[in-house]
Amino acid sequence: MAADARALINVPQKAKRGEVIPIKALISHVMETGFRPNSTGQLIPRDIIKEFVCTYNGTEVFRAEFFPAVSANPFVSFTTVATESGTITMTWTGDNGFHATESVAITV
Amino acid sequence: MTEPLTMVATRRRFLIGAGGLVLMTTVPEARAQFLAQSEARAAAMQAAIKMIAGDAPTKSGRIKIELPPLVENGNAVPLGIKVDSPMTDADHVKAIHVFTEKNPQPNVAAFQLGPRAGTANIQTRMRLADTQLVVAVAEMSDGTFWRDEVEVVVTMAACLEES
Repeated sequence: MAADARALINVPQKAKRGEVIPIKALISHVMETGFRPNSTGQLIPRDIIKEFVCTYNGTEVFRAEFFPAVSANPFVSFTTVATESGTITMTWTGDNGFHATESVAITV
Repeated sequence: MTEPLTMVATRRRFLIGAGGLVLMTTVPEARAQFLAQSEARAAAMQAAIKMIAGDAPTKSGRIKIELPPLVENGNAVPLGIKVDSPMTDADHVKAIHVFTEKNPQPNVAAFQLGPRAGTANIQTRMRLADTQLVVAVAEMSDGTFWRDEVEVVVTMAACLEES
């Protein structure tokens, strides 16, 4: 599952110490709600991303819990304080063993 | 001269009355079902908010929802939330929860923040199944809860049919 998930993340490459930086993350995922019937009238089983976690050099700075009401290809934008140079890692986990990780380096 | 006019009036009144009678006898079941469902969902939203805030009051203010007032396609509605907070260790937003009144499930998303976030400014995209109320609740580090609600008109609802 993870191999075919395409994630796009947008983090500034450089920042000043203490600066509040915007982070945007988008991942391709159907986010099937589990409430929609298919052509034979049966409900399509739920298949969503349940959790998104962003860590900054291993420290969790942001976490989001998603429900079926989050749109397909979940997008989330938030901010964090640029404290030190290092890596910002984002992890998505969901139904059917879905797991995707994306990392980006930042210079402070 | 007045007689035909009253006749028309009574005929019209009769037709309206008859039409109303037909509507009242056939529609109530469906209507009752619909009302029961929307009531159940509104109650589910209140229950979901209660699960987060407990018995603490949710005051309005400090948090602001940004949603378009009129939405054409309910499948991807841009949602922005801002909370007025200094985001220091002593005073910051711990979490933001988003709820809807008429979606099949009241919860939309929950965001956990902390002083490392710098600001409480989040954007995402959500689904809306109907014209309804969207509620956001912010949980502060001092244990208070703040809420904002926005009524959104949706012309094409989400999650009705297979796309």
